[in-house]
Parts: sequence; structure tokens; C-alpha cells
Amino acid sequence: MSLSLNEVTLTYPDGAGRLTALDAVTLEVPAGSLTAVVGPSGSGKSSLLAVAATLVRPDSGEVSIGGTTTAGLSRAALSALRRRAVGIVFQQPNLLPALTAVEQLQVMAHLDGQLTRAARAKALLLLESVGIGELAHRRPHQLSGGQRQRVNIARALMVSPSVLLVDEPTSALDHERGAAIVELLAAHTRAEGIATVLVTHDTSHLASTDALVTLADGAVRSQ
Amino acid sequence: MFVAWRELWFARGRFGLMGGVVVLITVLVGLLSGLTAGLGARNTSAVAGLPADHLVFAADAGFADSVLGADVAQAWARVPGVRSATPVRISMTRAQVDGRSVGVAVFAVPDGSPLAPVRLRQGVAVVSSGVGGRSTLSIGADSYQAVPTSTEDYYSHAPVVWVTLPADAPATVLALSTSDIDLVAADRSLGTHTVELGDSLAEIGSFAAENGSLQLMRGFLFAISALVVGAFFTVWTIQRGADVAVLKALGASTPYLLRDALGQALVLLAIGAVVGTAIALGLGALVGSAVPFVLDLPTVALPGAVIVVLGLLGAALSIRRITSVDPLTALGSTR
Repeated sequence: MSLSLNEVTLTYPDGAGRLTALDAVTLEVPAGSLTAVVGPSGSGKSSLLAVAATLVRPDSGEVSIGGTTTAGLSRAALSALRRRAVGIVFQQPNLLPALTAVEQLQVMAHLDGQLTRAARAKALLLLESVGIGELAHRRPHQLSGGQRQRVNIARALMVSPSVLLVDEPTSALDHERGAAIVELLAAHTRAEGIATVLVTHDTSHLASTDALVTLADGAVRSQ
Repeated sequence: MFVAWRELWFARGRFGLMGGVVVLITVLVGLLSGLTAGLGARNTSAVAGLPADHLVFAADAGFADSVLGADVAQAWARVPGVRSATPVRISMTRAQVDGRSVGVAVFAVPDGSPLAPVRLRQGVAVVSSGVGGRSTLSIGADSYQAVPTSTEDYYSHAPVVWVTLPADAPATVLALSTSDIDLVAADRSLGTHTVELGDSLAEIGSFAAENGSLQLMRGFLFAISALVVGAFFTVWTIQRGADVAVLKALGASTPYLLRDALGQALVLLAIGAVVGTAIALGLGALVGSAVPFVLDLPTVALPGAVIVVLGLLGAALSIRRITSVDPLTALGSTR
């Protein structure tokens, strides 16, 4: 199970013309591998993530998630694919303020109609695995930035995704905590056979990654 | 409703305030409904309670100006399909009751007519409980032996006194009991107009005006409740737009999000309506002896149900905002 983008092109309206955000990007992320995508602001990193997350349909090219080609899928089918096969770690933790840490994970099971005791046990186990098991019943405002980011990661892992998309997870953290987060992602990627894409502009945490892709002006410059 | 329940508790201050507004509106509409029904009964109960299915009026006339001669009553009695056609003369006057002067509505019906609560005879006046007479009653120069009853018959806000109608005296209306009758043909040939008993209440001038005003007030309150609930949930949805975007990005389907939003509104409205109805019933019981108030569950509970339905419609106004949230905004900070 892997993530593959084949000749993906994405443009946005830009005044009278169109801005090319992704220019025939081809990317293969095998299962169990952590691929870092780097590049300057405006290089297309977030557009690549949005296309891979099925949040945006590309103008052309093909996206395949865990063997499922996304072209032609309805909006509802794309939603179902996201909640069953795609984990997203947002740049900002984007936790729901009304939910405790463990409920942030349980909601993923509820979205899929699988809110069971086993799901709760799995959520607690995941929080343990990211090092905040004792904070399971705290709400976001009772957690530090690093703790919220760990909940964010655990939530993405809750669906046992085949693809994990990580958007600048260290941007709000100091170097030490940032490195710990990347190591945590790498460990889960390998242990659970996930195809992980880590978008970052910070190249100081790339020691744990398996591959590096550099984007510039929407195109892959090196791989 | 996994997220919705937790939001209800987490933002209990905001939802509590909104619930309080729903409670107050429900109380207001409940009290107004009880009062409307109570005032309506004071206007119409004597007519509404007549054991008849239709009333016959003079052409183009209502209760205030209808006059039907005895010959018309006899002609109607002969119409095929008419089981009985009983003349009723209705007049408003003052009566002397046990030395007191009381405004009454006099319903005069033929001797022995089954329309009166108890069988009438010459020289007897059957008085409803609102009159309060126990021994004698006089209307103008006529004196009657008062027969008190427990019936609460009112007409145009006056308690009803039943007396006998002299033979061949003109009547205000005819109370018909019918089966398989061509009313249009009969009206055309006899120069009358006939309406169903329930519809005849609109012919009572004071009832139509009073009821119309009160129903207008109720209508405005219903509209206000829908708009207030709609405005609240629209603002609430705007406030949680970022959360909706995250849920969509995580794979929440649109029906899931709509169930959550409308379920939240339903819980708020249901709790508000139940509490408001209970308070309205309590207040109705307190004021019931001082003002005309109908204190039964359908009268007071129905407005609560209407508020729930209208509130849901108001909350549905925010649906478009939920469906239009772009999940991409959850990634927005890096775009």
C-alpha cells in the first residue's frame, strides 16, 4: 500500500490567467517509507499535500492511495477514502475545542460508524504511544503546543492509514521537540507500514527520513 | 452526534442563554394560546356546544342581525334530510339575579327543546355557572325561577341564560340536525344561508376580531422564534467553521455534519420547549381563576411543538454554511 502521484498538474485562477501550483509532478511513496518534501514558500508543497489528501482535484494526472485511483470518485467516496485510508497531520493541531484528547481520536472512529470500546482502547493506546497517555482526558486548552501536536499525530494514526500526510509539524515547536515529533512519525511509519509524506521547510530534522523531494515552482527538482 | 453533544456541554453558557430564550418564547406562546382558547370559549362555547351540525342565518346576516320568522323554521323542518330545525333567539341584555344586575346572553328555545342543558318549561330560566343565580331571575318585566347548572356556557363574553321561546316568535338562527341534505338548494329556495356549526363561530363579530388579533400575536411570536433560533445557529456555525473544515478534511460526510448540527438544534429546542411548556402550564394554573384560560395539554403543548419545528427550520438556514465550508481551509495556514 503506497501513495503515488503520476504527472499531476494543478492550476489555480490568478487574475485573468492561471497559476501553476503543481507542474507534472510524479511521486512514489512506498509503504513503510517516510518521504520529506522540501522547498521554499510557494513551491507547491501544500498544493501537493492537498492533492494527495484528495481535498483538491488535479487538472490532470493521477493520484493513487493504497491502490485506489481517486480520479472519477464522487465527493462522498473521496470523504470515505480520507476517513479510512488517509491520516492528516495538520500544521496547526486543529483540535476540536470541545473534545478531550482521547475524544479527538474517538471522533475518527465515530466518523466511520465504528465507535466501540475497542476504538476507545485503541485511542488510549495511541496516546500512550505518542507519550501523552496521562493527558487523555484534557481538552486542547489544557495542553501545551507540543502535546497538542502529539494528539494531532495520534488522531491521524487512529484510522490505521495507508497514507499519512504531514504538514509542517514542527513549525510551532522548538528544535528538540520538533526532532522528537519527526522521530515519532518515522517510528510509526516503519512500524505500521505507512506511506508518509512530510512537508517541511525545516531541513534540520531530515535525518529520520527515507527520501527527500525538493519542489520549486511547482515542479520536482530533485528526488 | 458525538461532537454535537460535547459542544452542547462545552459551550453550555451560550447554549444555556439560547435555551433560555426558547423557554421564554415558549412560555409566552403557551400563555397566549391558553388565553386565546379561554377567551375564545368565553365568546363561543354556548354556540359551539349546541347539539346541531349546521346553523341557518337570514341571507347576508350574522348573529347580530339575523332574523328568521317562524314560517322559515317550519319550511326548513320540511326540507328532505333535516331531522330537526330548532329556532334559537339570541340576545344580549342585563338580568336581575338575586338582586344583582348581570350582563347575560339570552338563548331562547322552544319549550322542551333538547338544545338547553336541561329541559325547559315556561317560567323557568336555566342559568350557566357564570351567572351565579340560585333563586330568581328577571329580564325586563319577565320573572323566572332560576335553575342553576354547572355548564360553562358563554356567548360574546356573557354567561348564558336559557329561556323558552314563545311559539311563532322570530329567531336569530335555526339549529339544524341533518343527514344527506342539499343545503345550497334549500338556502336558495328559502332565502337563507347555512353554515357548519364550527364555521358559524366566525359570524360572532367580537370573536372574529379578538381571535384574529391574538392569532396574529401568536404568529409573530412563532416567526420571531424561528428567526432568533436561525440567527443563533447561523452565528454558531460561522464560529465553528474552522472545526467543520477540519472534520470535512478528516473525512466527515456532509450528512454526518448536518445530522450533528440539526441534532444539536433539536436538543436545544426540545429542552427549551418542554421547560417552557411546563412553566406555561404552571402559570396557567395560577392565573386560571382570574382570567379565562384553557389549561389543557394540547392547547399549551402544541405551541411548544410548533416552536420546535419552526426552530429547526430556522436552524436549517445555517445548513448552506456547513455544506459550503471548504475542507482545504484546514490546511490553510501553509497555503
